[in-house]
This record gives sequence, C-alpha cells and structure tokens, in this order.
Amino acid sequence: MNAVSIAAPRPARVAPLVLLGGVLLLVGLPLVVSPYQSFQLTFVGALAIAILGLNILTGYSGQISLGHGAFLAVGGYASAVLVHNFRVSYLLTVPIAGLLSGAIGFLFGVPALRLSGIYLALATFALAVATPAVIKKPHGLTGGVQGIVLPSIDPPPGLDAIFTAEQWLYYLTWAIGGALFLVGWNILRSRTGRAFRALRDSEVAAVAYGINLAAYKTLAFGLSAFYGGVAGALLAMATAYVSPDTYAFPLSLALLVGAVVGGLGSIAGPLFGALFVEFLPLWAQQLSRAAPAVTYGVVLILVAFVMPTGTAGLLRKAVVWIRR
Amino acid sequence: MKKRNVFVASTTLVALALAACGGTPGGQGAVTKDPGITDTTIVLGGTHPTTGGASVYGTIGKAVEAYFGYINDQGGVNGRKITYKNLDDGYNPPQTVQLTKQLVEQDQVFAMFNGLGTPPQTAVQPYLNQKKVPQLFVATGASKWGLDYKTNPWTIGWQPNYVSESIIYAKHLLNINPNAKIAVLYQNDDYGQDYLDGLTKGLGSKQSLIVKKQSYESTAADVRSEVATLKASGADTLFIFATPKYSGQALGTANALGWHPTVYLNNVSAPQSFMNAVTKAAGPAATNGVISSAYLKDPADPKWDTDEAVKLYRQIMAKYYPSGDVNDQFNFYGMGASWTMVDVLKKAGKNPTRQGVIDIVTSLNEKDNPFVLPGVVIKTTASDHFPITQSQLERFEQGKWVLFGDLIDTRGQLS
Repeated sequence: MNAVSIAAPRPARVAPLVLLGGVLLLVGLPLVVSPYQSFQLTFVGALAIAILGLNILTGYSGQISLGHGAFLAVGGYASAVLVHNFRVSYLLTVPIAGLLSGAIGFLFGVPALRLSGIYLALATFALAVATPAVIKKPHGLTGGVQGIVLPSIDPPPGLDAIFTAEQWLYYLTWAIGGALFLVGWNILRSRTGRAFRALRDSEVAAVAYGINLAAYKTLAFGLSAFYGGVAGALLAMATAYVSPDTYAFPLSLALLVGAVVGGLGSIAGPLFGALFVEFLPLWAQQLSRAAPAVTYGVVLILVAFVMPTGTAGLLRKAVVWIRR
Repeated sequence: MKKRNVFVASTTLVALALAACGGTPGGQGAVTKDPGITDTTIVLGGTHPTTGGASVYGTIGKAVEAYFGYINDQGGVNGRKITYKNLDDGYNPPQTVQLTKQLVEQDQVFAMFNGLGTPPQTAVQPYLNQKKVPQLFVATGASKWGLDYKTNPWTIGWQPNYVSESIIYAKHLLNINPNAKIAVLYQNDDYGQDYLDGLTKGLGSKQSLIVKKQSYESTAADVRSEVATLKASGADTLFIFATPKYSGQALGTANALGWHPTVYLNNVSAPQSFMNAVTKAAGPAATNGVISSAYLKDPADPKWDTDEAVKLYRQIMAKYYPSGDVNDQFNFYGMGASWTMVDVLKKAGKNPTRQGVIDIVTSLNEKDNPFVLPGVVIKTTASDHFPITQSQLERFEQGKWVLFGDLIDTRGQLS
C-alpha cells in the first residue's frame, strides 16, 4: 500500500491553503449547525483520535489490535475517577489519561512482542472481553457496575458568554485532536514512522537494517494507547458518564472498522473512519427500521469491495484517475 | 497530484460533514406549547437495544409501538395520535446519550418513554432532568429510579424494583426455613447486584445463612462451573438472579448434578415460555417446585387464556406485531407499561404540558390496568416514586405457575 502520498515531504504552496480551509471549516461548523450536531461532531473528533491511534499500531506498524476499546476504558475511567473522586479539573485529566493509558499500552506491548498476526489479534481480543469485568472489580474506585455519573462540562467562566456547552466541548475536542494529528503526522513522517512501516512490511528485512524490533513495537503500542487514552477521556466528558457497558467488545470492533474503512496507513483516513463509525449506525436505522444490522453489514461489505484501501485509498486512486 | 489529493480529501470531508448535519436543525419550539405536541399528534421517544448483547430486550420497544398503533387506530388520545420514535442504542450508554439528544433536540419529542436498561438510562438522566424532559416509566427495575426523585424529579420507573423483589423471597425463606443454607448465582452487573443487595437486606441479621455466592459475566458461555461450585458448598437453597438464558442453564445443570435445593428464581427469568423450554430440555425435575413472583399476567400461562387483557394482547400482537413472539412476556410487559402511558396522556387532557404530565405521573392511583395481576394498584405520590410495589409469590407445579399467598406490598420499605 502506498501510504506516503499525503505525508510526502514535497513543499507545496496549495497544501497550507487547503489545511487552512479545513481548519476554518472545523472552526465554523459549530456556529451554523445545531447544538446536537455539534455534539455529534464532538464524538467524531474523539473517535478520530482513537482511530488514528489504532492506525499507528495496525495501519503503520502492522500489529492487529482487536482490543483498543480497553485503552479508551483506561483513559475514560482515569479521567472520570480523577474528576469524581479527587476533584481534579477535567482539562488536567486529559493528558493524565493519555499518559496512563500510554504506559499501560507500552507494558502490554512487551508480552505482545512474542505474538504476531492472528495470535496478537486473539490476545488483544481477550483484552477487550476482559475489560468490562476488570472495571467492575475495584468497586470503590470505579463505581462498579453502576459506573460514574460526571458533571456536565460547561465553558470556563469568562468564556461562557461566547460558547455554549456543546460548542466548548466541540472546540476542546477538535483542538486536542488537531494537535494530536499534527504530532502523529510528524512522527509518522520521521525516522520512527519509517521504522514502523519497515516492521509492517517485513520484520526480517527491518531487523537486518538495524531497526530495534522490540523498541519500535512497544513504542507503537504505547503511542497508540496514548491516543486511545486521550480519546477515552474526551468521550467520557462528552457522555458525562462511564460504565463497564460503554467499553464492551463492540467498541473495539467499531474502532477497527473505522480504521479499515478510513484507510489503514493513512493519516487522513481516521477522519473518514470516525464519520463512518459515528453516522452509519444512525443512517442504517433511518433506512430500515426492521433490520439496521443488516443494512450496516451490507454497507460494510460493499465498502470492503469497492474501497479495499479505505476511503483515503479510494480518493488517492480517484486523483490518479482524474490526472490521467 | 499530492496537492489535489489533500484538496479532494478535505472537500469530501466537508461534504460528508455537511451531509451528516443535513437534518433540520432543532427549532426553538412553539411559545405556548411544549415541544412534540401538534393538533393531531404527540411525539414520544425511546431507546431499546435491537442489536448487541442485550438485543433480547429489543422486542419490548416493538410491542410498545404495536400498542400505540392500536391506540391510534382507536382514534388516539384526546384526538391526538401517538408517534413513538424508538431507536436502537445497543445498550451502549454513549450511544444512548447521542440518540436521546437527537430525540429531544432534533425530533422534538414531548417526553421519553420506556427507555431500556439501567446504565443507558443513568447516562441520560442528568441531561433529561436538566432539560426538564419527562423520562417516563424506564424499562429497568433498579431502585434508584424511585429513590433519587428529589435530584431527578423528571424521572420515574414502572415495574417493581429488583431490591424489593429479593426482599420478598428472603422473607418467605426465613418463614419456611429459618436455618437454610443459601447459595446465590447472580449476574455481575447492576441488575444482579441489585437483587443481591435486596437479599442481604431481606435476610437482615441472618446474612450468615449465605454460604456461597457465585457471579458470572453477561458475556459468559455458560454457568456450569459456577453451579457446581455452589452445589459443593452444601447449600439447600439456591437463589438465581440471572437472565433467562443463564437461569435455564443453572436449573438444568443443578438437576443434572442431582442437586435439588429449594430454588428462588427472579421474576425476569420466570416467564412461562422460558420455564416450558427448560422443562422440555432438562426434564420436569429441573423446574418442579421453583419459587418466583409475578406482578403481570403471563400470555403463555393457560390460566389467563380467557382473560380479556390477554385476549386483547393477542389481537394486538396478531395485527400490529405479527413477527413478534406472542408468548414472550417482554411483549406483554411493553404493552402493560404503554397502557399506563396512555392513561397518563388521557388524564393530561386536551393541552398536555410536560409539567402537567409529571404532576399526573406523581399522583397515580391506577386500579384498572388490565395487564397487571388483579389487585395490583399502580400508585405514586409526590414523595413515593415507586409505581408498582405489589407482587405475588408463585410456585412451578407440574408445568404451571401456581400463585400462592396474598399480594405482598413492599411499599415504603425502601424510601
């Protein structure tokens, strides 16, 4: 898969303009759409961060994770517990959630070194299945099966005249998301990103070129889990509630679906993937009241057939076709 | 190519984002009327899982739709037809939050009705109360819906709560066998936990009678090893606080192991149709003598065959929900709750308001709901938000539930 086209280092005069246009659009959207739609787009932003994290691990480094929801759970609960039990400012909990989740991801990456392909998929699947049960155990900390109800997020004093609660949450999420996308983009263009891709394409060849397999594999896990943790914290804030049911296996599956539909190994892919994950289930319900799951399944199969390289891959092909 | 690639990517993103937002933005609503009310319609919203692990409950929402369809064909309520916008949240709280916001802000529902599941409804409770949108007759038996009425005055449940149901079993056991040795199988979630809390409350100072507890996850393949462990404890009484699938396994496994304790089975697991299935699969010895409780009639129980409500229920199922299982107690439950909803709307009069509806909901004295057992009164006051508190014990004898004793009322025991 040609994964570098967007991230190509060639200087371009139009690209900054397009980027600026994109930023202006993201900034302007909440001013024209309804509060509910801002709220939905907040979820898209948080999901995009999570899917970007998964993309770093699966799309770039070639390690399949069926259990990424677990890292969102760590982030979500870290944020919720800090806000609820220790009265920490919710803004402060976002980096803490990311770092904690990143550390756990890094540690999980160590035993995962011994696993690859389908075995790693199974191990991470087990992680996803075990997560809700693990959350329930420390009842005093996590609220057990009842979960934790969080205060809804309001703009800080002074800004509440400018933003509605929905707008504030939206800007917060997309600002953090934008920063994380820039960081991800830079990492993936750098030596580290090349090492990730080399590992994905051939471990033997990569090691022969002197790439430290253990270091980069665990780094990919840690980095990916960091993104997952931040996304988890943002999702918990938007929902204003965390419970074990939030982090059941379907969440992990949805993230993987998003990563594949968006385009593995593409930096813009997670945006499309997040839109897909957020809106397709809603559309499927509107389209067919009787069997939304069937609609969802059919669309997913079609997408896999028509866009085997994801949305980003399809766009890339379309551009090539237009230029001919 | 690269520039254009980025350009196409971002324009597509824009297009997708705009398409996603294509729905009509929620208006500010009429000045004089609450949202969701027109001259000819009243819009209610709800969420039930029709996909995912809890999809077995999804049928409740369809039964509600069927009942409202029947009411609409009878002319509706006070000249208005009920539009019930029921969405699938997959029992996933973040999804419930989004769908509920959609229903309130975009679809402009008048009230939420019969949203299912404790975690999903907990997630939307602060939002709905902040917006002063009635969250009516939620489909969960958690005790919190009745207990937290001061902080959440816009929320109310309907069915008897799990804690009180457990207390009834505990009291009965202490009566018939004060020295019982109790084993408990419970689902490790809010639902199982509530039942367990009720049992310990009901036993009071006799909590030490519990010799063994085993929990299982709602994703578990089976509960055989749990049941074997419970048997090994030497208990002579088994409490099953589970969902039907696992309850059936537990009854079958205990029987196969030659263990025949006194069994208390929670109401959710006790519909006649499930008991028939277990009896058929595991033999009559597996179910004979099981004790449970009921507050609803049961469409699969032959003793209600000539009952007017059950007959009406069958007609509604045949006409408005023909793909549904007429013997599924969940469908009957959905219509029972809908009956109360329609009753409330009738009493709210020609010009219902959200505040007016809440006032009626908190001063119910409904003696004529035909879906509940004879004698059960659906009653609330400003300081008592537990609509149904009465139920009756029943024992499974020769393939049929036999009610025994009087209606037991737990009103006032929790508040």
